Amino acid sequence: MTAAAAGAARGGVAGRLSDLLWRRPSVLLALLLGPPLLWLGLVYLGSLGALLVQSFFSIDEFSGVIDRTPTLRTWGELLRPANLDIIARTVLMAALVTGASVVVAFPIAYYAARYARGRWKAAFYLGVMLPLWSSYLVKVYAWKLILAKEGIVGWGFESVGLGWLLEAFLSVPGIGGNSLSVSPTGTFLVFVHVWLPFMILPIQAALERVPGSLVEASADLGASPGRTFRHVLWPLALPGVVAGSIFTFSLTLGDYIIPQIIGTSARFIGLAVYQYQGTAGNVPLAAAFAVVPIAVMGLYLWGAKRMGAFDAM
Amino acid sequence: MTSAVSFRGVSRHFGEVRAVDGVDLDIAEGEFFAMLGPSGSGKTTCLRLVAGFEAPDDGEIRLFGEPVAGLPPYRRAVNTVFQDYALFPHLSVLDNVAYGLMISGVGKAERRRRAEEALGMMALPGYGARRPSELSGGQRQRVALARALVNRPRVLLLDEPLGALDLKLREQMQDELKALQRKVGITFLLVTHDQGEALSMADRVAVFDRGRLQQVGTPAEVYGRPRTRFVADFVGSGNVLAPELARAFGGAAAWTSLRPEALRLVAPEGAALAGTVMAARYLGAATRVAVALPQGEVAVLVPGGQAVPEAGTRVGLAWEAGALHPMEAA
Amino acid sequence: MRADRAPWWLGALAGGGLLFLHGPILLIFAYAFSTEDSSFTWPPPGLTLRWFGAAWERPDIWEALGLSLRVALVSTAVALVLGTLCAAAVARTRFFGREVVSLLVILPIALPGIITGIALRSAFNLADIPFSFWTIVLGHATFCVVVVHNNAVARFRRMSGSLIEASMDLGATYGQTLRHVILPNIATALLAGGMLAFALSFDEVIVTTFTAGNQATLPIWMLEELVRPRERPVTNVVAMVVVLVTALPILAAYHLTRGTDTVAGSGK
Repeated sequence: MTAAAAGAARGGVAGRLSDLLWRRPSVLLALLLGPPLLWLGLVYLGSLGALLVQSFFSIDEFSGVIDRTPTLRTWGELLRPANLDIIARTVLMAALVTGASVVVAFPIAYYAARYARGRWKAAFYLGVMLPLWSSYLVKVYAWKLILAKEGIVGWGFESVGLGWLLEAFLSVPGIGGNSLSVSPTGTFLVFVHVWLPFMILPIQAALERVPGSLVEASADLGASPGRTFRHVLWPLALPGVVAGSIFTFSLTLGDYIIPQIIGTSARFIGLAVYQYQGTAGNVPLAAAFAVVPIAVMGLYLWGAKRMGAFDAM
Repeated sequence: MTSAVSFRGVSRHFGEVRAVDGVDLDIAEGEFFAMLGPSGSGKTTCLRLVAGFEAPDDGEIRLFGEPVAGLPPYRRAVNTVFQDYALFPHLSVLDNVAYGLMISGVGKAERRRRAEEALGMMALPGYGARRPSELSGGQRQRVALARALVNRPRVLLLDEPLGALDLKLREQMQDELKALQRKVGITFLLVTHDQGEALSMADRVAVFDRGRLQQVGTPAEVYGRPRTRFVADFVGSGNVLAPELARAFGGAAAWTSLRPEALRLVAPEGAALAGTVMAARYLGAATRVAVALPQGEVAVLVPGGQAVPEAGTRVGLAWEAGALHPMEAA
Repeated sequence: MRADRAPWWLGALAGGGLLFLHGPILLIFAYAFSTEDSSFTWPPPGLTLRWFGAAWERPDIWEALGLSLRVALVSTAVALVLGTLCAAAVARTRFFGREVVSLLVILPIALPGIITGIALRSAFNLADIPFSFWTIVLGHATFCVVVVHNNAVARFRRMSGSLIEASMDLGATYGQTLRHVILPNIATALLAGGMLAFALSFDEVIVTTFTAGNQATLPIWMLEELVRPRERPVTNVVAMVVVLVTALPILAAYHLTRGTDTVAGSGK
């Protein structure tokens, strides 16, 4: 009798291949990792590389022909005041949107994590998942309907006799405009609405891990709800907040559709990239501009990783 | 007769850690063999080396005289009962048990019959249609045993099989496993960190510490004549006498083991050694009494029914000269 | 956490937040039936089903829908293969640089979409690749991988590590273990991941504008209607249908992973 059991299925090519994988685990790993790494490495990193290369080309302003000799001229152009303005405006908007998302998301996430049970829990979950996955364009479009002069918001203010209040708000420079749909306030509202689910889910995931007894213990020790929030809930939810803010920040930095449809003509990074490569045909400047969000997000991700934000994703 | 399992100079490293370090071992056919040691001592790695989930970095393992280097798990005539049982959650109990037969091409009717027979042997008749998630811990364990044994392995590997069960069930399963091994007659290789389990079931026990084999012997040998301080400490709860204390007991100036039950309390007058009772711990069948001597402290086991002196009492000690076992320093 | 009664103001804030999320989408439904055809007047002056017929008659919508469906199907298939392989490597083995691989997988979704878009466009430009069906798929599959990957990794992690060993211990080769143990155990996670990837691709517009050339997927068709409105009521109808159609795979994916993985879709 032999110690090695030799079944019929273990012979043949499949059996020999299996033996090879067992003896050489590195071959198995290479087979698993090879295709995805090849794809992501070639298609994605390769494209990012191409983007970086393009940013060192320049455009002849008169003929519009792209000159492929390496130069730093395009990068210099990026530092013109008009472009720095765009960067500052975008980062400010991203920060405001992120802050507002945290404020709106927290009660939803906290309620879902701590109080919702059974059917309600499922309802909350789907209540966040459905808007997360439903069409981005449809959402933007919906806001165009809502914020239009004759839309539901204007109608709401009129019908309670507060039309003058809306008018007064819209006349404030910097945040107002002809109607809400062409005001910075409109842009801000739509950003918050569209990215909100990305903030709720990670906060909820972080809060799910906080035992309710911890909150009770804090209250038991005499902490007011405000102090419990500041010293117990907020630090524990922070990794989730950071994870969510990666999305809201990054998505706002790169979006070019919302400011184009709803807002003033003031440009944001995404819109600038889009317009430089499109109508202006200045791909090098667009490429250089696109590196800005990468750099901002790189810093942001690095900081977030150090805070352990990825554990909550 | 060739051994069922033999290790020759086997080592397995994980980075800097020597999980298994130069182990030589022979396990006889039909033997119930236990590998005993604390977690991280290398016993589980040894089992995984036999099963084929790991390959040794050095040395050779043979199954029934044949080297198994390069043989994947599916080409070895051994089967494993996993610590978490590893029952397939997507299959019924019957399909779990019949899995190995299905893979080796046994016909549907035949494997059904044999799987049901194996479940019957494990006192689980009629459970075949259930899902593993519908069973209790003890039942899952029986299914895992049936799933391994139905393939008629030549060696059965058991990785902490009783670890997940509660105390009462664990004791019951110890008897059942022992009886099962006698019935099927194949080699059982048990890995455990519980010395009671190893001593009560195994024909022979191997004690591991930090990847090295400390001692191999029958339970009585390992318990009564520990070869090293580690074995004396880990197996049971004996006295380990420092060289100085051993001398006081009339032994050689070496680390020496002395079982608490080999000591008797006598009147202090005229006793070879006398000391003071520090504390007493009631264990049910006996009481463990700590006695402070000028050279150190020893434990004495006083059988139930005898009077237990109160703390502070002066007592004398008596023992048989043969009860002292000098050990290697390791 | 323990369930006790929430303070009323917390309930109100949470409810208000959810209303903010859902209200605008639901409003689209009302507009799809409005008789008003040139402005966004609220409340709708009257209700009609006329625009559904008008949308049905439009060949450009059908063409865009067809392209979107084909792109989503092929991208999902590619993402399923790549995402599952990657998840198996990340979850089941330890190797040097594992963190880098995880980062590489989420990068296409963590970085703004416009970067993926313009990067791909630059690459096509430099390599002289003309726009086609496949250039769209190339982009979509890249950011769909992460969705499948996240679902599969969650399931692999939940799967007891010894299942694969148990299968091989019982005589099965790698191939047999894959067929009889691994695939049955991860099937629903893959199906859920695939559905979410499909929904993601079907709806994508930011990257697509850079990789489509002058082809129009349904989102691109909608974007054009938003920038240069032609027939608003038809856009309303298409928007409503898109909401309903994308909700289906999401609900299905939820049912497939319910009670098993925690937040299946949070990796969008």
